[in-house]
Amino acid sequence: MKDIREDIAWAKINQDVLKSLENPRKLYWVILFCALAAFGVGIGCEVYQYQTGLGVANLNNPYAWGLYISTFIFWIGMSHSGTLLSAILHLMHADWRKPIYRFAEAMTTFSLMTAGLFVMVHIGRLWQFYYSLPYPSERGIWPNFQSPLLWDAMAIFTYLSSSILFLYVGMIPDLAICRDNMHEGWRKKLYTLLSLGWEGTDRQWRNFRVTYLTIACFLSPLAVSVHSIVASDFAMSQQPGWHVTSFPPYFVAGALYSGCSGIITLFIILRYVFKFEEYMTKSILKKIVRLTFAISMIWTYLNAVEFASVWYSNDQASKDILIQKATGTYAPFWWGMIFCGSIVPLTLAFKRAQTNIPVLFAVSLLLNLGMWLERWMIIAPTFSHGYYPWTWDHDQWPSLIQWGMVFGSFGWFTMLFMVFCKVFPSVSMYEVKEMVYHRSLHLKKSETAEQGAH
Amino acid sequence: MSVNNLLENWSQFRHFHPVDDKPHDPYKWAMSIDLDACTGCNACSVACYAENNLPVVGKEKYAHGQAMHWMRIERYWDEDDRDFPDQGAQFLPMMCQQCEAAPCETVCPVAATNHTADGLNSQVYNRCIGSRYCSANCPYKVRYFNWYDYPTDDNVWPAEMNQQLNPDVTVRGKGVMEKCTFCVQRLHAAKGAARSEGRIVRDGEVQTACQQACPASAISFGNLVDPESRVHKQWKAQQVELDKEEQTKDKKEEGGSELRGYRIFEELRPYPSVMYLERVRESAV
Repeated sequence: MKDIREDIAWAKINQDVLKSLENPRKLYWVILFCALAAFGVGIGCEVYQYQTGLGVANLNNPYAWGLYISTFIFWIGMSHSGTLLSAILHLMHADWRKPIYRFAEAMTTFSLMTAGLFVMVHIGRLWQFYYSLPYPSERGIWPNFQSPLLWDAMAIFTYLSSSILFLYVGMIPDLAICRDNMHEGWRKKLYTLLSLGWEGTDRQWRNFRVTYLTIACFLSPLAVSVHSIVASDFAMSQQPGWHVTSFPPYFVAGALYSGCSGIITLFIILRYVFKFEEYMTKSILKKIVRLTFAISMIWTYLNAVEFASVWYSNDQASKDILIQKATGTYAPFWWGMIFCGSIVPLTLAFKRAQTNIPVLFAVSLLLNLGMWLERWMIIAPTFSHGYYPWTWDHDQWPSLIQWGMVFGSFGWFTMLFMVFCKVFPSVSMYEVKEMVYHRSLHLKKSETAEQGAH
Repeated sequence: MSVNNLLENWSQFRHFHPVDDKPHDPYKWAMSIDLDACTGCNACSVACYAENNLPVVGKEKYAHGQAMHWMRIERYWDEDDRDFPDQGAQFLPMMCQQCEAAPCETVCPVAATNHTADGLNSQVYNRCIGSRYCSANCPYKVRYFNWYDYPTDDNVWPAEMNQQLNPDVTVRGKGVMEKCTFCVQRLHAAKGAARSEGRIVRDGEVQTACQQACPASAISFGNLVDPESRVHKQWKAQQVELDKEEQTKDKKEEGGSELRGYRIFEELRPYPSVMYLERVRESAV
C-alpha cells in the first residue's frame, strides 16, 4: 500500500480540496446548530454558576476540584497530537503527515481554546482572573512564581499563541491558492488579507521554509513542556496519589494518546464527509493507528510504573488511594479507564483492524472515553481518600451544572472545528503536491536505478 | 518595576526552613490543645462562628459539605466491638495549623496566602481568585471556600442578628478562600496596645475566641518566643519544637514515654504551630 498515488494531477488536488470549502449541505447546518445548542447549554450553566456561586457545581470543602479540572486536562491532552504531527514529524521528515496535519493542528488550537474555558469556569472569582497574569502594577504585586498553576497559565498562553501562529504560517501558500480560485466576495477579501501577498516566488518560499521550521523547532519542546507543567500541578503538590515523580511523562504520553485517537476520529469523519479518500488514504490511517497503538502501550507501561512505585514507596496514604481506586466508590470508572485505555487498544495490534474504518471509529471514541476517565480518576480519589481521615469516604458527585459545562465544551469544540473546515482548507494542498512530487521523483529514481542495473 | 526589584522583593516572602531562615522576633503565635481536657462540647466552634462572622449555611448545605466551620470538632469512634451507646469516641478540635512551611502558600497562583512576620499563615481575601489549589494541597483540609455569596444572597444571618456581627472582621464575598486566622484581629489590637506602652504582649493578654470559650481550658495560646508564656513552657515540657520532623514521644519504647505532645503530620514537614496533647488514657495505659 502506498501513502498517496503518484499520478494525481496538481489541479485535481486544488479542485478536490477547494470543493470542501463550497456551500455546505443541509446536514452541516443541522449539526452546527446542535453544536451551538450544546454550547448554549454550557453557557447557560456558566451564567447560572457565575450568578449563584460555585456551590451549584456541588463541590465542597475538602473536595474542591471536580470535572472542570479533569476536563481541562482532557482538552489540553487532546491538543498535543496536532503538534506531534505537524511539528515533531515535520522535523523528522515523515512525509505521511502531510495530508492530515492541517486538521490536527486545528484540533490542537481549538482544544486549547476549549481547555482555557475550563480554567475560567473553575475559578471562584472569574472577574479577578487577571490577577494571575504577571502585569506590572503600581502596587508592585506580582503573581506567585512558585505556583505550578501560574506556570500553567503561562505555558498554555504560550502554547496557544504559537499553535495559532504555526497553523496560520503553514496555511499561507494554501490561502493564496484559495485567493486565486475564489469568486469575488467576503471570502476572497479574507484570503487576500491573510495570504499576505503570497506569490510563490523563490525568495518567498525560502523565507517561508525557514519561518515554518523555526516555529516547528520552537513548538516541539513546548508541547512536551506544557503537559509536563499540567502534570506538575499534581506532582508538585503534597497529596497522596498526585505526588508521583513519573507524572510528567505519564501525562505527556496520555496527552499524545488521547490526541492521536482524536485525530483518528476526525480523520474518519473528514475522509467520509469531504470524500478525501485520495489523500487521507488507508495507508496513512494505518500509520497513525500504529503510532496510537505504540503510544497506548507506553501509557499502559507508565500507568503500571505509577502503581508499582506507589506500591514500593511504602507510603501508606498513597497505597490506600490506589486500593480505593480499585475497590472504592470510583472503582467502576477506574476499571473502565483500564479497560478503555489498556485493553481496547489491543485490537489495534491486529492488521485487519488497522484499516477497518467502523472498528477504528468505535475504538478511537472508546480510547478517548478512557482518557477522560483517567483524568477524572486522577482528581476524584485523592479528594475522597487523602491524608486526613476527616475527608475519608467523602464521595462527591458532580452536579448537572458540571456535566452541562463538560457537554457544552464538546459543542464549542465541534462548532469551532466545523467553521474552520468550511473556511480554511483542512488538507494542506501544497504539501500534498510535494508529497506527490517526492513520490514520483522516488519512482523515477528507482526506475533509473533499475535500468542501470540492466 | 524592574526584574531585580521583583526578585529581591520576592525572596522576603519565601523561606525554606521555619527557624533558620526567618527568626521570629518578637512574636511567634502558637497553640497547644490538651485532648485529655477536651470534651467535644463544640463551644470553641460556636465562639469561632460568633467572633469571625462565619456564615451559618444551614442544614442542606452542611449536608453537601459546604459548611464554613473554621474550627471543627472531629469525632472518631473507638475501634472496639462495642456498639453505639457503649462505644467510646474521641474528639479532635481541628483548625488551620498555621504551618511555618505551609503547603498552601507555595501553590497559590496569585500569592493570596502568605506568611506574616509573627508566624501566621495569612489569607488576603481581596487577592484571592478562588483557584482552590491551597485547599487541594492542604494536608489538614482546613480551608473553606465561599461557595455562595453568603453575606448578601443567602440568609446566613437573620436580620436581627446583623447587629451581632463582629465589626473588626470583614465578611467574605463569593468565591474566596478563608480559614482560621488565630483571631488575627485580636492579635493586632493587643500588639497595638502593647506597642503604645513600649513593650511586647504579655502572656494571657490576648486570647483566641476558641480558647476563651473552652470550658475545660483545653486550649492555650500565646507567644512561643516568650520563655514565660504557657505555650512555650508546654511545648518545652513535651519536647516539641517548631522545626522538628518527628515526635519525641514516638521514639521512646512502648509504654515508657511520659510525653504526650505531638503535631499532626509532622512527617510531611509543614512545621505546624499547633501542638496536641494526647489523651492520657491511651498513652499511659
